[in-house]
Amino acid sequence: MVGLILIFIAASITNNFVLTYFLGICPFIGVSNKVESAIGLGVATTFVMTMAATVTWLIYHYILVPFNLVFLQYVTFIIVIASFVQFVEMFIRKVSPPLYKALGIFLPLITTNCAILGLTLFMILRNYSFLESVIFGLGAGVGFTIALVVMAGIREELVFSDVPEPLKGAGITLIIAGMLALAFMGFGGIISG
Amino acid sequence: MIKDFVKGLWRENPVFVQVLGMCPTLAVTTKCVFGLSMGLATTFVIVSSVVVISTIRKLVPEQVRIPMFTVIIATFVTAADYFLKANFFEISKALGPYIPLIVVNCVILGRAEAFASKHGVARSFLDAFGMGIGFTCALVVLGAVREVLGAGTVFGYPVMWEGFTNWIVMVMPAGAFITLGLLVGVFNIVDKRVKSK
Repeated sequence: MVGLILIFIAASITNNFVLTYFLGICPFIGVSNKVESAIGLGVATTFVMTMAATVTWLIYHYILVPFNLVFLQYVTFIIVIASFVQFVEMFIRKVSPPLYKALGIFLPLITTNCAILGLTLFMILRNYSFLESVIFGLGAGVGFTIALVVMAGIREELVFSDVPEPLKGAGITLIIAGMLALAFMGFGGIISG
Repeated sequence: MIKDFVKGLWRENPVFVQVLGMCPTLAVTTKCVFGLSMGLATTFVIVSSVVVISTIRKLVPEQVRIPMFTVIIATFVTAADYFLKANFFEISKALGPYIPLIVVNCVILGRAEAFASKHGVARSFLDAFGMGIGFTCALVVLGAVREVLGAGTVFGYPVMWEGFTNWIVMVMPAGAFITLGLLVGVFNIVDKRVKSK
């Protein structure tokens, strides 16, 4: 139980996917302009991450390993993620049109989010058990959401500040991300202590 | 034709101008060597997949092109990964999951979708090669800045004076973000100067 909580905290805060592993930077820089859309994308990604971790774990351990097909790992994972995102999109559109309207545009974007593929690779690399993988996926999603929402909040304020001309756009966003990464390092003590 | 190649180096540089492919750019550039290996691996993948994609572009139905492209890219990434594991084990180990993550490097899918699916093999090849080299250069520059300030070396050779204190922050994630942010700024200043001339 303690192990599971540690995995969750590590994935969401101390080893935040965006700020420590640089995974999911594209939407982090591209979409984080408004807090509302940041929350939408965060929730959708968390859902896909948890499910992707579950499905790829089962496929890896029950299909790829027994049949000696580990070299197909990357191809399989990316197909699983892409088709899963497609499936989620169709499912949400059928079940809850309002939610689909809110998340719609973000769903296709998730396929190319490197955080999802990164998550499945780390999960295999670290030899997580089934339950650990699910918690890891959930934690990573929550961490992604936190980083995205914090960033969006800062960028909403940034509109009013006087940024030097050459740094406008990507430059200042990256520098802010660097400062956030420094701030998140402060959480490092939670686990070792 | 030459234009297709040159634009990736500067005017449409994937890292500094398009701000694409950020995960590997930021993650592996703690040292020049890692930046160079990642850049070359990506160049290999982008060039080979773009050649295949532009060859078969008329056979692939529009609706399934994205999954198709992704599978082709993933195949070449697997090849690159096994090549590095066999010949450069140390580097492959240090780069860890970031080599397989080339699959989702948006530079590659971006070129496949925006250029190779509409142009012939020769032009697509030049375009991809230019982008790959531009990407590699950006990674090496970023790696050089971080390695000099963070460890006082370039490609492992010490370059700083004796008693130089390493800026530990440069090899940490925060240093990656801040260095790249400032480099993008410098790039914009230089670009403006060049254009006004």
